[in-house]
Amino acid sequence: MDIPYIVDERPDTGLTNVKLGIWLFLASEVMLFGALFSSYVLLRLIAPDWPVGAEVLNVPMGTFNTAVLIGSSVTMVFAYASLQMDNLAGFKKFMGITIGLSLLFMVVKGFEYNHEFEIGNFPWTSTYLAIYFTMTGLHALHIIGGVVVNAYFLGPGSKLWETNKTQFTNRIEAAGLYWHFVDLVWIFLFPVLYLL
Amino acid sequence: MSDHVQHHIAIYKKVAAALAVLTVLTVAVSYLDVSVPVAVIIALIIAGTKGSLVLSFFMHLLEEKKPVPLSRGGIGLIIGSLLVTALFFLVVIFIPIFGHADKVGTYFTLPNSNAPTVETPAAH
Repeated sequence: MDIPYIVDERPDTGLTNVKLGIWLFLASEVMLFGALFSSYVLLRLIAPDWPVGAEVLNVPMGTFNTAVLIGSSVTMVFAYASLQMDNLAGFKKFMGITIGLSLLFMVVKGFEYNHEFEIGNFPWTSTYLAIYFTMTGLHALHIIGGVVVNAYFLGPGSKLWETNKTQFTNRIEAAGLYWHFVDLVWIFLFPVLYLL
Repeated sequence: MSDHVQHHIAIYKKVAAALAVLTVLTVAVSYLDVSVPVAVIIALIIAGTKGSLVLSFFMHLLEEKKPVPLSRGGIGLIIGSLLVTALFFLVVIFIPIFGHADKVGTYFTLPNSNAPTVETPAAH
């Protein structure tokens, strides 16, 4: 049985089910990360002392990663725009760059984590490091999830383009919305954890 | 269709440039010698601006104002559900601040009152 309203807009919502579904999922994600940001505020308010993030973490690496992730969001909208202009090759180029930048983000994050472990900074070392590893770890899991989905759409998933262009474009729009959300979370995580 | 997309691409490029500038600004202002509350406010204003740009243009939220036909001119399901989410998000964020400001159960004395002084706190 076909899932209804994945190409045409549903009359009563004015939306495709794809778009309504991804936005409701992102709303639930706001609450997931919201609970962690709230925990951060609570822990920081009651902590006897709190380190300046810049003295514990590597700000140039964090800044570089912020630029990498924002760059991947930019290539993601270009990938979507390419499909809207009926350009599958352009989509594949930009989606490839998006995935490459996502992996670069993970590599840099890996170096950062490795450095912390080497100098004896673990999640159980301090309250600050506990919330740092929890929030960036959950964010990194979201990056991995996005890479898996985007790699599928770049590879086997792109066969859908041959049979139903609109449905494939809608899928990329949904994947893009998720990816921009992951970027959005990092835009707040970076100053909160690295700079304040 | 293509003109419409070209128009979008021009906007994407401008937003990308703005995000790059704001990222540099985020790091630059962290070197300012200001108190923690001021630094938090500045950082949140810049991050909020960047977030709004991503939401408005990359996630096309500005174009999602399609009214729900059933409600004849509603604000649309996406904006509507996001507004409810934003409300609950604010509640969640302010819970620890309310908890921190809550002094119920702790002694305080008014001037000239006969209440116990702070030197004799209640046993816990």
